Amino acid sequence: MSETTHSQVSFSDELLKEVNRVIGQFPEGKQKSALIRVLHIAQAEFGWLSVPVMDYVARLLHIQPIEVYEVATFYSMYDTKPVGKVKLEVCRTGPCMIEGAEKIVKYIEDKLGIQDGETTADGIFTLKTVECLGACGYAPMLQAGEKYHEHLTEAKVDELIEAYRKNPVANYMGQETNLNSAKS
Amino acid sequence: MTRKLLLDKVNVEGIAGYDVYRKNGGYRSVEKALKTMSPDEVVEEVKKSGLRGRGGAGFPTGMKWSFLAKPEGVPRHLLCNADESEPGTFKDRYLMEKIPHLLIEGMIVSSFALGANQSYIYIRGEYMYVLRILEKAIAEAYANGWLGKNILGTGFDLDLSVTPGAGAYICGEETALIESLEGKRGNPRIKPPFPAVKGLWQRPTVVNNVETIAAVVPIVNDGGEEYAKIGIGRSTGTKLISAGGNINKPGVYEIEMNITVEEFIYSDTYCGGIKNGKRLKACVPGGSSVPILPHYLVCKTAAGEDRLMTYESLADGGFATGSMLGSGGFIVYDEDQCIVRNTWNFTRFYHHESCGQCSPCREGTGWMEKVLHRLEYGHGKMEDINLLWDIQRKIEGNTICPLGDAAAWPVAAAIRHFREEFEWHVNEPKACMERNYGLVTEKTFETATA
Repeated sequence: MSETTHSQVSFSDELLKEVNRVIGQFPEGKQKSALIRVLHIAQAEFGWLSVPVMDYVARLLHIQPIEVYEVATFYSMYDTKPVGKVKLEVCRTGPCMIEGAEKIVKYIEDKLGIQDGETTADGIFTLKTVECLGACGYAPMLQAGEKYHEHLTEAKVDELIEAYRKNPVANYMGQETNLNSAKS
Repeated sequence: MTRKLLLDKVNVEGIAGYDVYRKNGGYRSVEKALKTMSPDEVVEEVKKSGLRGRGGAGFPTGMKWSFLAKPEGVPRHLLCNADESEPGTFKDRYLMEKIPHLLIEGMIVSSFALGANQSYIYIRGEYMYVLRILEKAIAEAYANGWLGKNILGTGFDLDLSVTPGAGAYICGEETALIESLEGKRGNPRIKPPFPAVKGLWQRPTVVNNVETIAAVVPIVNDGGEEYAKIGIGRSTGTKLISAGGNINKPGVYEIEMNITVEEFIYSDTYCGGIKNGKRLKACVPGGSSVPILPHYLVCKTAAGEDRLMTYESLADGGFATGSMLGSGGFIVYDEDQCIVRNTWNFTRFYHHESCGQCSPCREGTGWMEKVLHRLEYGHGKMEDINLLWDIQRKIEGNTICPLGDAAAWPVAAAIRHFREEFEWHVNEPKACMERNYGLVTEKTFETATA
């Protein structure tokens, strides 16, 4: 997504149904508790959280826009600036570091010609280093959308970049998960 | 062979699904508790079991439950802390991914014990795919009458849902978790009031870790006394340890709390020894925030006794020569790892994760990160080491929540045990960029404190 804001913001009926299901998990009048989930849904739908998107979420939940802004800017998973269709989020914390996370980051930077935090010119990839994702025994690892890619090697990075380039999968809801990721 | 209470059926084909889980004895504890026990009797069994919080603090669960205020007409809530974010820790994810119904079963029994009719599992946002596994399992539990109105015809109602965070380590702190569940920034609250009195929506609330809640299932099935027979002293039962770092067999292991650290690291049942035939340099036994132990204090205590995988033994010697069981995030370092780099890395983590409410933590973590960075990259001065010591001392105990302590302890322990490696970075600014220091020399304990 390369636009600098969103002009038309509204959820499909299906997404509105999902939003109402989430709101329904909380008691009457406590609908603000649905905010974090609804922002995930909005980000998956619109690519990133622009002011119009956040204002729309505020209207859906009957809360003030500022209540949405302060949450959207606090949590690291939310993007308040445009990002690529696929975010490659490489864990850089302790256990991943000692298993070579820094080399993996460097490798992706060189391969895609971008630095940490940047997006490729074609708008497909954003590289981001993140803190511990709870995959320390399967290091090094990165997350793309909802999917964990573990035991990374340069060859594996090549493969998944190739696959995502062909078929960019953003933060789709209900994306196929990685059930075999945790081996013990 | 170690007895397993949580992961015994984890490799049964299809155990993540309801039918297989039920066929393998699943939801028995709900039948037993709801049909044959009073809520207080369940609390009593948990007290007898000696179960302690598995998220890191190790507070007795039964006692925590008994603190819950029960004002007439005010709803109470049980929240499951599935915000697992402590570097080195990945046990809860494993449990939820592999055997999600165990957590749901534990939530039902625990909610019954606490008189909670609306409970939530708060899971870190990055585990969105695990959230979907849990939602599927919850739907199955509803469909089979384990959740909803009048469960098993006993008159007990329970609604359970799972709700995500969005990338904030601080939300593992229970009052920050509550704030986040209310749809706000994860700023920890000042205590008192404690959540047991005023928690979610100002109502009495208990927050328990995933593994703690799962452990309630075997406690109810077999009785608290039976559970307490496992382990040593006040470390009862089994513990999930997530092992990572330079070992042959990283992964999640359920241990009885009576084995030695040496067995855990070197036996093929567990970590299988240090990778590539290297020597052990250090170990962080309970997640990034607990003190790092140098090689000579990992398998033996300062008194020369075998160190055990228990709350007490890992803490033996206090912070001078001991550490903590913490969350069970067990990180092993071989001789090629740089302690200064690792400390810098962890400090960067805490700087990144500080919520910014308290200035000692907000400013101190960033300051330590900068100092450690220049030491690691050969630009440090000798006085930087004492400066670091001074900063961490001024963070510890001076913040609303324990994130400040969690940021201070790894720095303190690194300097305490690895001062000579820090000094080498100052004295050999070129060499420290080219190679690692190797093993530190063994110290006597009178001089071990900085």
